[in-house]
Amino acid sequence: MQEMMTLLSNYNVPAAFWVNVQLTLWSALFSLILGVILVMMRISPVGSLRGFAVAFVEFFKNMPLTIIMVFMLLGVFVQLRFQFSSTFSTNFYWLAITGLSLYTSAFVCESLRSGINTVPLGQAEAARSLGLSFFQTAGLIILPQAFRGSVAPLGNTLIALLKNSTVAAAASVATETSTLMKTMIEYNASMIIAVFLIFAIGYVILIIPIGLLTTWLSNKLAVRR
Amino acid sequence: MNRVAKKILAAVAAVVSLATLTGCGTSSAETSGPKITIGIKYDQPGVGYKEGDNYSGFDVDVARYVAKQLGYSEKQIVWKEAPSAQREALLQNGDVDFIIASYSITADRKKVVDFAGPYFVAGQDLLVRSDDTSIKSAKDLNGKNLCTVSGSTSAQVIKDNFAKSVQIMELSGYAECVTALISGTVDAVTTDDIILAGLAHAKGNGLLKVLGQPFTKETYGIGVKKGDTQLISKINAALKKMVDDGSWNKALDSATGGTGYTPNKEWNPPKNFDAENSDETVRQ
Repeated sequence: MQEMMTLLSNYNVPAAFWVNVQLTLWSALFSLILGVILVMMRISPVGSLRGFAVAFVEFFKNMPLTIIMVFMLLGVFVQLRFQFSSTFSTNFYWLAITGLSLYTSAFVCESLRSGINTVPLGQAEAARSLGLSFFQTAGLIILPQAFRGSVAPLGNTLIALLKNSTVAAAASVATETSTLMKTMIEYNASMIIAVFLIFAIGYVILIIPIGLLTTWLSNKLAVRR
Repeated sequence: MNRVAKKILAAVAAVVSLATLTGCGTSSAETSGPKITIGIKYDQPGVGYKEGDNYSGFDVDVARYVAKQLGYSEKQIVWKEAPSAQREALLQNGDVDFIIASYSITADRKKVVDFAGPYFVAGQDLLVRSDDTSIKSAKDLNGKNLCTVSGSTSAQVIKDNFAKSVQIMELSGYAECVTALISGTVDAVTTDDIILAGLAHAKGNGLLKVLGQPFTKETYGIGVKKGDTQLISKINAALKKMVDDGSWNKALDSATGGTGYTPNKEWNPPKNFDAENSDETVRQ
């Protein structure tokens, strides 16, 4: 306990967690948008769009995140010279968010698709027979119910995303928790257990409320059939 | 002893004897006789490096010499990777007999392990491209890009003390930093001078140079299990002999030769093997 207090007063641990939370929030936003687009492509009547969405989702779902992150840094930035900003730290931050968003969007798409499977086929048929277009059917009938049916898997995806945000270190985001943990171990070899405990407890504190909230929301929002 | 306990004991004995049998199987494939397990880095060219089945670098040469003085032949050495974060645990659990892995002696580490040495005194320095004349000291890094490995505070030291507007890139290993340096993505790489010299020797092809103005003092020690004073005095005697008979210079030369690098003359080769703490105060 004494050791943990010493460590907490020597290192700004909350600031590192805040970086991970920010990475998570931005990536959650972008991956949600991209995930919705992907799932609409998957249910669209155009074969080539469906094929593209399947390929995209399978590619990013099965690719280790570390490889995506290293590719964002060494491939996209170092080789292809693409940069968001000439300031290194800003650039790496957004490269990491891009990598996280691409990866997570595949899981968002799959979560939403599981929600879509809970919507009875008759609803889509009814919408079409009323003369609604594809976008009207998707936007007004299918997706609202799909969202309500996929709160729990989306919550799990968010939890995974928060933990995955530590992989941003591979894209040179130096201020986040896993990098700080390495530094703390390097300079406080006598207190390794305390260092691990700090980060373990920190993540548990962040993640338990997300789990409770999504369970509560999914009970409250689920469409009773 | 009741019957259940006997059965459990028998089962445990069976499992243990199986485990020892498999242990025999793997070791008999190598050589017989006593072994010494030494922890080194696998990813620092010129310091501790593994390429296929070959181990090379200054740390490895020191390890071989010390092992020889302790009575172990080359074939009796078992190398084990000792990544920075695991070094203390490897020693405490007895997984290795000692560690030579660019291991700086610090007061904090002495709380959990003991050190022999120092066998080298390094200092934080910069590696730059040979044709880059714009960087003559750490102060010239303002507006430049600097690379280091993630989890190291070396780059932050430069930002805080010398160049406020330096941009920092953190990669997973020094070899990646060198690639970024050669390709021009970054202008300098920072860490201890001997690691930089080893990189320049192994990967630079004459394109890279070490500035040669170390601004911290890192005493590299040989980590041993806490309280093993006998081993420490044996290792220190071996180190003294290594410096005296010229093997130390030869090892350093084969690790860094051709890069124009010379270690700080005032500190090297070390004369007192008193496990002096590193002095990480930055000298302007």
